[in-house]
Amino acid sequence: MSETIEDFLARHETSELLRFSTAGSVDDGKSTLIGRLLYDTKGVYEDQLASIKNSRINRSTGSIDFSLLTDGLKAEREQGITIDVAYRYFATAKRKFIIADTPGHEQYTRNMATGASTATLAIVLIDARKGVLPQSRRHAYISSLLGIPNIVVAVNKMDLVDFSQEVFEQIQRDFAVFASQLNLPDPVFIPISALEGDNVVSASPRTRWYTGPNLLEHLETAPISTIHNYKDFRLAVQYVIRPDLDFRGYAGQIASGTIRPGAPVMVLPSGRTTKVKSISTFDGNLDVAFPPMSVTLTLEDELDISRGDMLVDPASMPHVSRRVEAALVWMNQEPLELNHPYLLKHTTQQIGVTVTAIQARIDVNTLAEDQPERLELNEIGIVSLETTKPLFYDPYNSNRATGSLILIDPTTNATLAAGMLRQHRTPASTQSSVPLLNFEAGRLTPAERYARAGHLPATIWLTARAELVWNLERKLFERGCLVQAISDDVESHRLPEVARILNSAGLIAICSSGTDDAADLQRAEELVGKDKLFAYHPSDISPKDDTACNCIIRDLEKRGILTPADFASGEGI
Amino acid sequence: MSYSLSHLRALEAESIHILREVAAEFAKPVMLYSIGKDSSVMVRLAQKAFFPGKIPFPMLHVDTTFKFGEMIEFRDSFMRSIGAELIVGTNHKAIAEGANPFALGTAKCCALLKTRGLLDALEAGGFDAAFGGARRDEEKSRAKERVYSFRDEFGQWDPKNQRPELWNLYNARVDKGESIRVFPLSNWTELDVWHYIYLEDIPVVPLYFAKPRPVVVRGGSLIPIEHNMPLLPHEKPEMIMSRMRSLGCTYCTGAIRSEADTLPKIIAELVGFRRSERENRVIDHDQEGSMELKKREGYF
Repeated sequence: MSETIEDFLARHETSELLRFSTAGSVDDGKSTLIGRLLYDTKGVYEDQLASIKNSRINRSTGSIDFSLLTDGLKAEREQGITIDVAYRYFATAKRKFIIADTPGHEQYTRNMATGASTATLAIVLIDARKGVLPQSRRHAYISSLLGIPNIVVAVNKMDLVDFSQEVFEQIQRDFAVFASQLNLPDPVFIPISALEGDNVVSASPRTRWYTGPNLLEHLETAPISTIHNYKDFRLAVQYVIRPDLDFRGYAGQIASGTIRPGAPVMVLPSGRTTKVKSISTFDGNLDVAFPPMSVTLTLEDELDISRGDMLVDPASMPHVSRRVEAALVWMNQEPLELNHPYLLKHTTQQIGVTVTAIQARIDVNTLAEDQPERLELNEIGIVSLETTKPLFYDPYNSNRATGSLILIDPTTNATLAAGMLRQHRTPASTQSSVPLLNFEAGRLTPAERYARAGHLPATIWLTARAELVWNLERKLFERGCLVQAISDDVESHRLPEVARILNSAGLIAICSSGTDDAADLQRAEELVGKDKLFAYHPSDISPKDDTACNCIIRDLEKRGILTPADFASGEGI
Repeated sequence: MSYSLSHLRALEAESIHILREVAAEFAKPVMLYSIGKDSSVMVRLAQKAFFPGKIPFPMLHVDTTFKFGEMIEFRDSFMRSIGAELIVGTNHKAIAEGANPFALGTAKCCALLKTRGLLDALEAGGFDAAFGGARRDEEKSRAKERVYSFRDEFGQWDPKNQRPELWNLYNARVDKGESIRVFPLSNWTELDVWHYIYLEDIPVVPLYFAKPRPVVVRGGSLIPIEHNMPLLPHEKPEMIMSRMRSLGCTYCTGAIRSEADTLPKIIAELVGFRRSERENRVIDHDQEGSMELKKREGYF
C-alpha cells in the first residue's frame, strides 16, 4: 500500500453508501455474480473462501463455486435455492455497498419487494440464452412499483452465446418494449459473464463492441441522492426527549426536505405552527439537517407533541386523510379480507385500518388487471383503505419515507402486506380554480351579532362520522347556539368558503370533511381566520360520541367562544 | 449545497432510528452488552440516540465467569463512566455444578453458560426486546437475520418463518412471553465498526491491541492462558506478540499473531489481510452450520 493507513481512512471516511438489490431466476447465475463481486473486491474473507473450497458441494464447473458464498442457511445449501433476502457487504475505494440478495423463485415476490424497499439501484439478471422471461419482467415491475430510480439489466452467461452482440441487442430491444409500459427509469444494459468475470469489475476483451461501463464502474457512479426528496420537510416524531424541565426535544429521522434553526414548522395533526429553535445532536447543534439524518429538534413554543405526530413545512403540506389509496403487495398465506380490522404502520404511527375495496389486481407478468374479491400471497393490488386516525402522507412516488406502510395482523402479529400510497383522487383546494364568491356584507356589527347570539362565531373543523357531527350540532342548538353543520366529502375544498359566510352571519359552522385534506384545513385558516378555527379529531378525544361532543363544547368554553354552561343557565336561558 | 452523507453517518442515522423505535414501542427493552467492540459502538449510538437524556434502558452482561479479567475491569469502569445501569446475569447453578469448557466441551458449555444464562436473565428481567451487537457480515446464517428478529416464548429463532421487513417500518408486535432481538448494527461491517471507533474515539478493551501474551499454540489457534486452563502433555506456554480479533471466553477465543498496537494498525491489518473475525472462535466450527443451530436454540 503506497498510501498511509491514515490517508486510507480519510478517503474512506467520505465514501458514500449505495444499497442495491439483485433479482434473478433460479439458474441465471445471480449467486455466482454476487460471489464474484465479493471475491473481486476482496469482500470475501480467506477462511470463508477456504471453507467453500473444502465444501462437499460444488455445483459450478469452475474450481470455486462462488454461489456457495452467498447461500446462508443449511436447508438452502442443500437445495441450492436461495429462499430469503440475504444482505451482503463490500466496499471499493469509492463506495460502500449493501446488496439485498433476493430470490427469484416464483412464490417469493414478497422477498423481492422487501429487498427493493431500501434499494437505490436494482440489477435485473437475464440469462443470455433464454432472453427476457416472465421473471425478468416481474423483477422490473416490482422495481418500478417500489420506486427504484436506477435499473441495470445485466445480460449474463455471454460466454455461452459467444459474446454475441446480436443476442445482446435483441434482449435490449425486448426489454425496452416491456419497460416502456412501466414507469421505469431508462435501464443500463451490460453484457457480462459472472462465471468468467467479463465486464464485472473490468472491461472484457471479448466484448469489444460494448463501450459502456463495466458493472462495478456503474455501481460506483450511479446517482444516489435521487432516492431522497430534499424539497418537502417532514419529520415523524419517534420519541420525546425530556431529561429535565429545560429541554424538550422531538427525536426522529428526517424523512424528506431540509431544516434549519428558525424555520417555520407545522405540527400535525394539531395544525399549530412554531419555529425550530435548535437541531440538537450528541455532536453539537447543527445548522442544517437533511435526509436520512437522525436528529432531535427543539421548538420555540411549548406544544403538546408526542410520538406519531409529524413536523412539516407549512408551505408544503402533506396530504392528511383517513381514506387513502395504495398499491399493496400481499405477503401472507392468509388472503386479504375486505373490511377486516388490521393494523397499519406508517411513519411512526400505528393505527387501525380496514381495506374497503380492491380496485384492481395486477398480474406481475402481463400487467393485466382484474377485480377479485380477495388478494392472495404474492399478489399485488390497488386498494382503498380507511384508517381510524388520519394519515399524514405523500404519494410514494414523490416521497418514499412518507408514502410507505405495512399492514399487521392484530391477532397473529404477522406482517401481512407492504403498501405504497398513491395520489388522492380529489384535487387539493390549493389547486382549485373555482373563484371565491365575492360579496359586500351588510351594516350589522359583530358586536351586535354577539349580543343576539350569546356566543362568538366559530368554525369547528371535524374529521368524524356523520352521526357525531349531527349530535354536536343538536347539542349546540339545544344550548341556544346559532349553528349549522355542513358536510361534503366530494368537494370538501369548498367548505372553508361556506364556513366564512356562516361565520360572518355570527353562526357556528361545523365542517366535516371525509377526505380530511390538510390543504383544506389550511384554506379554512386563511378564510375564516386562525382565531375562529378549531380543528378536532374526535377519535383522539374519545371513542364515544357523547364524550367527544362534551369535550369539544368544554374546549370552546375555555377558549371564550361559548359562555360556560352553568354561567349561561344562571342567566336563565 | 450538496446534501450527501458519508456511509458511516448513514449507518449511524439508521442505527439511531432503530434504537429510538425500540425505546418507544417496547415496554421493557434491554441492551445486551458483551464488552466487545461492537457493544462499545452500540452503546455510543444509544448515547447519541437519546442525547441529552440518559439511555432509557439497562445494559445486560451475560457473564460465564470464564471471561478475561481485563474485560470485566473494562466493563465496570466503562459503565460507570457513562452512568448506565448494568445487570450481570450468570448461570450460577450450572457453574456450582462444575460447568466449564474443559469438562463439558465447548458446545455444551456454551448452551449452559451463554444461551441458558441469557434466556434466564431475559426472563428474570421480563424484557420484551433485547438489543444485540451482531452484524450480518459476521457469519453466513446472520446474513438473513432481520433487524427485528422474532423469538418465540422459548427464545428460539425460526429462519423459515421470519417477518418480512420493509423500508424502516419495523413490526414490534409480540404476545406475552415472546420477544424481539434487535440488531441495530445489522448493516455495519467489521471495517465500519473499527473505522467508527477510530473517528469517534470510543474506548475499547485493551485485549484488542497487540502485546506479548502468554498463550499455547493449539490446532493452529493461539489460546490465551487464564482460568487455570489445563494444558495437554506436549504443550508449553509461550509469550507471543498477539491480540484478540473478537472477545469471548478465554478458552474459546483464539488470539492472532499481530503487531497492531494502535487503531490505525488494527485497521491496516484488517484491510491488508482478510480473514473473518469469527474464524478464531472455536464455537463456530464445532459442528457444520453450527451458528445457525445455536441461533435456533436461542443464542444471539
